[in-house]
Amino acid sequence: MRIRALAAIGAASALLLTACASGATAAPATQAAAPQTLTVLAAASLTETFNALGKQFETDHPGVSVKFNYAGSSDLAQQIVNGAPADVFAAASDATMKTVTDADLTAAKPVTFAKNVLQIATPPGNPKKIATFADLAKPDVKVVVCAPQVPCGAAEQKIEKATGTALKPVSQESDVKSVLSKVETGDADAGLVYVTDVNSAGDKVQGVNFPEASQASTNYPIAVLKNAPAGDLANQFLTTVTGEQGLKALEQAGFAKP
Amino acid sequence: MTTTRQPVTRRGVGLPRVLWVPAALAFAIIALPVVGLVLKANWARMPELLVSDSALDALRLSLETAAISTALCIVLGGPLAAVLARGNPPALPILRSVVLLPLVLPPVVGGLALLYLVGRSGFVGKALDLWFGITVPFTTAAVVLAQTFVALPFLVVSLEGALRTAGQRYEAVAATLGASPTLAFRRITVPLVLPGLASGTVLAFARCLGEFGATTAFAGSLQGTTRTLPLLVYLERETDVDAAVALSLVLVVVAVAVIAVTRPRGSEGLS
Amino acid sequence: MTALDARVVVRRPTFTLDVTITATPGEVIAVLGPNGAGKSTLLGVLAGLLRPSEGHMRLGDADVTDVPPHRRGVGLLAQQALLFPHMTALANVAFGPRAHGVPRRAAEERARELLTAVDAAALEGRRPAQMSGGQQQRVALARALAPDPDLLLLDEPLAALDVDAAPALRSLLRRIVRDRKQTALLVTHSALDALVLADRVVVLTEGRAVEAGPARDVLARPRSPFTARIAGLDLVPGVVTGDALRTADGATVAGRIDGVADGEPGVAVFPPAAVAVYAEKPSGSPRNVLPVRLAALEPVGDLVRLRAVARPGGPLWVDGLAADVTAAAMAELMVEPGADLWFVVKAAEVAIHGVRGS
Repeated sequence: MRIRALAAIGAASALLLTACASGATAAPATQAAAPQTLTVLAAASLTETFNALGKQFETDHPGVSVKFNYAGSSDLAQQIVNGAPADVFAAASDATMKTVTDADLTAAKPVTFAKNVLQIATPPGNPKKIATFADLAKPDVKVVVCAPQVPCGAAEQKIEKATGTALKPVSQESDVKSVLSKVETGDADAGLVYVTDVNSAGDKVQGVNFPEASQASTNYPIAVLKNAPAGDLANQFLTTVTGEQGLKALEQAGFAKP
Repeated sequence: MTTTRQPVTRRGVGLPRVLWVPAALAFAIIALPVVGLVLKANWARMPELLVSDSALDALRLSLETAAISTALCIVLGGPLAAVLARGNPPALPILRSVVLLPLVLPPVVGGLALLYLVGRSGFVGKALDLWFGITVPFTTAAVVLAQTFVALPFLVVSLEGALRTAGQRYEAVAATLGASPTLAFRRITVPLVLPGLASGTVLAFARCLGEFGATTAFAGSLQGTTRTLPLLVYLERETDVDAAVALSLVLVVVAVAVIAVTRPRGSEGLS
Repeated sequence: MTALDARVVVRRPTFTLDVTITATPGEVIAVLGPNGAGKSTLLGVLAGLLRPSEGHMRLGDADVTDVPPHRRGVGLLAQQALLFPHMTALANVAFGPRAHGVPRRAAEERARELLTAVDAAALEGRRPAQMSGGQQQRVALARALAPDPDLLLLDEPLAALDVDAAPALRSLLRRIVRDRKQTALLVTHSALDALVLADRVVVLTEGRAVEAGPARDVLARPRSPFTARIAGLDLVPGVVTGDALRTADGATVAGRIDGVADGEPGVAVFPPAAVAVYAEKPSGSPRNVLPVRLAALEPVGDLVRLRAVARPGGPLWVDGLAADVTAAAMAELMVEPGADLWFVVKAAEVAIHGVRGS
């Protein structure tokens, strides 16, 4: 008796789970009157900018709700390749977008909608008086950078090569926010992060521009995904991002023009 | 002809059959993801991935720091467990809750907390810098500290439980025979809780090996100094998923080996 | 010289333990008492494992009142042998001497001597898990004696042994303790243990000593219900009047007066085997005829012991009295608990002796 009850519960839960899982990829045929959802996967550094754009989009398109999933681009790319349902992917590097295009999962060729440029971040007051990229190589300066495997690290490596200055960082972080937090606490004398990161950190860090930064900017591509459940909306969102509205918002955050 | 003795099997007594279903499900939840890793692995590239400089450095660093941290856990956590179990300290429930905090805190939060305390801006960090000229973040010592922080509760809780269960009857007898508290602890208490200590040590070591969040937030990530195996996996997944999977499997193999070698055979010490 | 002079006072919520114990060198004192009387507490304080509210303790010339257990020189043998599970018998016995600084070889020699003395030499290399209960107790005895304690405490050492193992250990204890002139304090429930092992007996009830004296005297002439129970005797308290004992409610129990004067408080004591049981009130010669109600039946060897309880409206002092009858007689009676019976005992079988005030 009891085993039967347990089996019934087990079957019911299995059904429930599969229903939830397949819910998102349910037949797109029944789209007509239901409130529409646009799912956007975006790199973490786009959080504030895209949130603002999303709200505007919802106002301009009544009945539409935009859902964002912010994470590291490489993680997002992996999720897309492994079947996560989404409409739009905005990546923080060409390399991570390539993962998705290599798997032939974009509807069209990706478009670069912004660029991000490196900036030196120092604790407030710039205690070690960093003024140039070369200052970062001084022996008494604790500098933290991104690891070469991540886009900001790749950019940093490029600059090292271009300037011929080899840095001896005390840590090569796996994501740029970790670099930022080490500068904020003052444990690092300087860190190499994006302009957008320095902006979002407010007065917790101080930014120091250096001319070589423009030699290694990082492209931010965006693409509508193949088999996107809300294909039309996705294209409209893309237009918003690459259009005037988007450019303004991105510029405000500190992104460079594409 | 000799008759072989058949073991007498029980009937009608023992585990309700129904329990096998959720048990199998639980086992599947644990085992299947690991199977998934194995299936995803790129076996052709495995050799090159495993002997790369970064991989060997990370493995060596992981094993060394985990060993030191586990030793620290025993040396510091053992006495703490003894005090909690038998020392009648004041406010025992509060003390125990505090000891369990690292289990409940997200490891990254733990790492940040360590940074705020022992980093340049923290009061311990400032003192260390001022008096000894020592800075801790970005050093291998920071890795050990982060691992010890997250692994201590495993050892303390395990051992405290074993000490409580063992009771103090044998120590009382030892006292009447002339053993001072120190002697009784060394020759009676410790040998009798070795099984509990062993299982606590295995748990702590495994936790140290797998430690990621606190390490990255507090110690940073630099090959050979602070980039342990989990940190390398996290980094490699950005560009080389095959490498990430391969290194993850190394972690699995090391963990399984440690558990297999030291797994205590139940409570044999206290028959 | 006194080997032991101790006063132990422990104030607990339910009772206060207040007892003074003295012993001469080589003397064995048995402490008898019902559960909850404070016997284990007493031993705990003497061993140094429990802190008393008040009191003092001297062992020989030394004042050990505030000395911790490991420096006190008091050994303990409990109901459970509590041999250290991870050590062999030899290591267990050698533990005490080694804790006192004796080098390993010498300690092991001494351990072997003691193991031989307790007839356990063959068990030297065995672990406790490989020994029977009786064997473990032997080794535990050797272990307790090894550091040559000034005082040995025995907490019901035979209670956990089965019927076959107990007699052997009892005679071993007697032999060893006397041969070594070991001063000892024995807590026990068994009159036999007390008689065989002890020189003097102290009866403890609700934290106080109610009787004390040479073992044989105390048990042959119990002065309190508990002692009588332990000694396997029936006891009725009252005041000596003429050649009988007058109970609190005015009834008389006739018996042989044994060294107590008229008007003094006394007890009438008789063995259960001397009690005849009738289903109907017998007529005939004036004997002690006691109305009782049957409370319970217990087997005692070949006999059946009937336990009495007071009848409604009947005398209260019959409560707890026992009568032993043969199984055949029991079958004839055909009674069950709750039935009303008559206990009859000849005056010749009843001994009336005095008690030491109240």
